[in-house]
Order: sequence, then C-alpha cells, then structure tokens
Amino acid sequence: MRRVFAALLAVATAISLAFLLLPVAAIFLRVPPGDLIDALGRDVTRDALLVSLKTSAIAHAAVLLIGTPAAYLLARHRFRGRGAVLTLIELPLVLPPAVAGIALFAAFGRNGLLGGELDALGVQIPFTQAAVVLAVAFVESPFYFRGAIAAFEAVDSTLVDAARTLGASPARVFARVALPLAAGGLGAASALALARGLGEFGATLIFAGSLQEVTQTLPLAVYAQFEADFDTALAISALFVIVGALLLVTLKLYGWLRFSSIFRSRFATSTSS
Amino acid sequence: MASLQFDLSLPLRDFDLELALDVGRETVALVGPSGSGKTSVLRAVAGLAHPARGSVTCAGDVWFDSERRIDKRPEERSVGFVFQEYALFPHLNVEQNVTFGGGRADRLLWRLRIEHLAHAKPTELSGGERQRVALARALARDPRVLLLDEPMAALDPHTRGRVRAELHDLLRELELPALLVTHDFEDAAALADRVGVLVDGKLRQVGTPAELLGSPADPFVAEFAGANVLLGVAEAGPNGLTSLRLEDGHVVVSTDEARGRAALVLYPWDVSLARTAPDDSALNHLRGEIVSLVQVGNRMRVRLPFLTAEITAASAERLELRPGEQVVASFKATQARLLPAD
Repeated sequence: MRRVFAALLAVATAISLAFLLLPVAAIFLRVPPGDLIDALGRDVTRDALLVSLKTSAIAHAAVLLIGTPAAYLLARHRFRGRGAVLTLIELPLVLPPAVAGIALFAAFGRNGLLGGELDALGVQIPFTQAAVVLAVAFVESPFYFRGAIAAFEAVDSTLVDAARTLGASPARVFARVALPLAAGGLGAASALALARGLGEFGATLIFAGSLQEVTQTLPLAVYAQFEADFDTALAISALFVIVGALLLVTLKLYGWLRFSSIFRSRFATSTSS
Repeated sequence: MASLQFDLSLPLRDFDLELALDVGRETVALVGPSGSGKTSVLRAVAGLAHPARGSVTCAGDVWFDSERRIDKRPEERSVGFVFQEYALFPHLNVEQNVTFGGGRADRLLWRLRIEHLAHAKPTELSGGERQRVALARALARDPRVLLLDEPMAALDPHTRGRVRAELHDLLRELELPALLVTHDFEDAAALADRVGVLVDGKLRQVGTPAELLGSPADPFVAEFAGANVLLGVAEAGPNGLTSLRLEDGHVVVSTDEARGRAALVLYPWDVSLARTAPDDSALNHLRGEIVSLVQVGNRMRVRLPFLTAEITAASAERLELRPGEQVVASFKATQARLLPAD
C-alpha cells in the first residue's frame, strides 16, 4: 500500500513537470538558435521591444513611486475599512485582462467617466502609448501592492517604536528603518510586478490597440506574428522565457545571498573571538 | 528638579492600567507577573501608548495631559528606551545603531566597553553585548528619563549576575530618573532604589526592597518577593502568641496578632533544616519529605511539600540532604509573619 502511494506521488509529479516544461522546451527545440537571433533583428520585433521597454519603465516607475508610500500607509495604519481597501486593491488580480481593458475605457475613454475632463484638456488616451502605460500600471500594481504591504508588515514594529524614541520623525523612520528592512520584499514584489507588466496583453489590446511602433508591445507582437511569421513569434516567446528565467534566478539568488551573508558573518566572529 | 511624574489611566484588554508614581533621580522597578501592564507603563511614558486620562511630566515639562489635550509625540519626548530583546536595527552596525538619533558614540562605547564592536552587526553579538549596545543607544541623546523593559530577560543565567552588577553601577552613575520593568523580584531588588509591585494594572505596594520584604502589604506581594505564603486560620495561642492552623493540618505560632483567615509569610532564608527537631529557641518545627534540591550559586533551595527553605550549599552538603528524605524545618515565631487573607 505504502509503495503504491509513493509511486502515485512520483507519477503525479512527473506529469506536472512534463506538462509545465514541455511547451517551454518546445519553443527552443522548434527553431535553431541562429534563426531566433535573426528574428529578433526584424523591425517588428525591435519596435515592439522599444514600446515594451518604454511603457513598462514609465508604468513601473510610477507604480514604485506612488505604490511604495501607499503600501507603507496601508501596512502601518489600522483604520475602519482597511480590510475592504486591501481587498479592492487586489480586485484587478482576479479580473480577466479584457475586462480590465473595458474598465479603463469606461474611465478614461472619450465617453468615459473622465472623458469630458480629459477632452477639455485636449488629452486623448485610448490607442496611444499613454494608454499602454495605464493598462500596464493597472494590471501590475496589485502585484506590487500585495508584496509591498506584506514586506512592510513584516518589519518589526518595535524597531519603528525604537526609532521614534530616538527622535526620528515619521519620514526618517520610513527612510532609515522601514525602507531598508523591507527592501528584500519590495525588490521581490517589484520584480514580480514588472514581469506581469511586461507580459500584459488583454487590457492593452482593448484599451490601446496593437499599432506597430506606437502601442504594439512584445506580447501583442507575438499575437500579431502568430499568423504572419511563426518563427518571429517563437523568437519573441523565447526572449520572454529567458527574461522570466533570469528574473526568477535573480530572486532565488538574492534570497540565498542574504541568508548566507548572515551565516558567514556569524561564523566569522565566532572564530575570531 | 529632574524628576518624572505620572498619573495614568490606560484601558488595556483585560483591565484598566491605573497608577501614579513620582520618580526622582533614582531607579524605580515595576515588578509583577506577565500581563500585569508593566510594559504599557513604559510605553505610555515614552508616548508610544496613549492613556485615556492623566498626565506625564518630566522636569516640569508636560509630555501628556489629557485635560489640556497635550500629547507629545515620542520623538519630541526625551526618553532613552531599552526595549525587551533590545530592538537593535539589524541592518545597521553598532556605531550606526548608537548614533541613529544623533550624538557621538565613542565615549559611550568606551564607557560600556564595546568600542571594539563598533563595526559589528547586531546579529554577531552575544546577549550581554546587545544589551550594552541598547543601553548606549538609549543614552546617546542624553535623555532625561531612562526606561528599561526587562533588560535582563534575554540573558542566559551565567552572564546575568555580571551584567546585573554592571547595570547597577551604570544606573547609580547616571543619576537619571530610571523606570525599570521586570518580572523578577531579585533583579528589581538588586537594581532599584524602590520597587513597585504591579498586579492587574494597579500598584499594590511601593517601597525599598527591604520594606517590601520586611512588611509586605499583602500575601501576593510577599509571595512575589520570594516568601512562602501558607493559608490557615488564626486564633489566640499560648503565652500571648497567635497560633495558626494551616490548611494541611500543621500548626505554627507567630508573634504577630491575627484572628480568622490569615496568611503565614515566611522567607526561605529564615528557615533552618535539621535531621531531628533541634532543642533551640525556635518554636516551629515542621517535619516533611524533601521534594527537590536546586543549587543557586552558593545557596541550596530545598523544597518541602509545604514550604521552601534556603540554606547554604555547604550546610546541605554537610547534612547530606537527598530528595525523598525526612527533614525538620525550623523557624522562630518572630519570623513567622501573619497577614490577613481574604
């Protein structure tokens, strides 16, 4: 009986791994590496890469700049309705991306909630690069919020108290204590959000369209090239896999380095004293 | 006059913390069981907790006054706070920790004999070293009040004695109003000029360690100070003495006056042990079996079913005491203090 169960676990694990890794491996096995590099040199790929980098950089910077202080406030302060706020923030996580695109339209579109105000300012958002930035920020910020709030909540509140009794203003407590101690968690949340933002597809397609050189990001280019030139689609996909893998390895490595530096410093003093 | 005065009412989860205290240039220890509200007192003085009513004044400076709606922020009060487990900043080295609030570190690091650790991280330090860093950090801004929350609790037993002596000297040298919180009466008695016993948010008694030991206000204070507290019924005894029938049937006599329900308060170091009842001036001789023997430094704590005696380790050796053996515990009627019990 025990042996049957062990075999069952092993088979389930093997199926899971094969199912998850086979399609990823297929991307690299279908096309020789040389062709992949050629495909990356094509105009459509380069344009999409530039659009993706630019919009992601702007959206991500905005998410970090505004999201970090907001996450700090939500992590530190207990107020009525805090639970509701935290739940609402996570709502975009469970929305289908297409719905997110429609929602953005309803808010910022010509006939949307803020359409009149934006029109008066002479600003048009849908189908511009600004729309890509908004879509990317909308879908990636909940990922950052979740991780950042957890990172700030994990900072020992006694350390914050200690800093205040030492005369530190709230701003100084944030900069000198909370931020450095939450840095690891914030970095992880930032990486995860960035990856989600780079991969954004549905909301961007609906709210910004897929115009080469303007709003066509890498995931949209994959879709556009899927029928036109499958090799290019494969090449961009391979690029995503590599970037994703690098991101994951960096995160794991960061965790491991932190752990080993603590371990090493303890070891060093115990031998020197 | 550099002194700290406060009169607080602070609702906690299970009870209201209500106490008033005036701390001069002295160390006052608040002792009590865990959950009695000791730490909340320190937090309220530091401005980390906000009392419902009352006032906190330091050297004439009002830090808190509920009637005048004054509640200074922690960073605007001048307190040095040594937190339980020390709360050192793990990402900063010793020197950066000490100078976090400004000021210079070198003199303090030298005074506390940790200058060689200036560039070490808190994770690399021993418990005693961490305590000294926490003290240096608390003192770096020349605070007007020093608050210490269980400063000895995180130390292992064999460094405790030495660290306690060092802390005692430092507190005398600083001449600051210092408020120290501990659950250990021995630490309190060794470090503080006065000791306050806090139970369920109320002060039961404040006095010098000798006063608390000599005339405890109630059986709880006595027990906390380390006494055996045995309940019984008191009635008039022979020769103008009081005799107390204990719940286990033993009868003891005391020079104290009491009638009805009463508690016998007897310090372990006032009890002597022998193999057979000695023919001396002690009137109380109780026979019992040794439950356990625990050596504390050069003393031996001998637990009998009804009381604990403390004798020198040398005497325990000479009497060859072993668990399970019969001994006679003797004490004088003058050492058997009686307090009304309810």
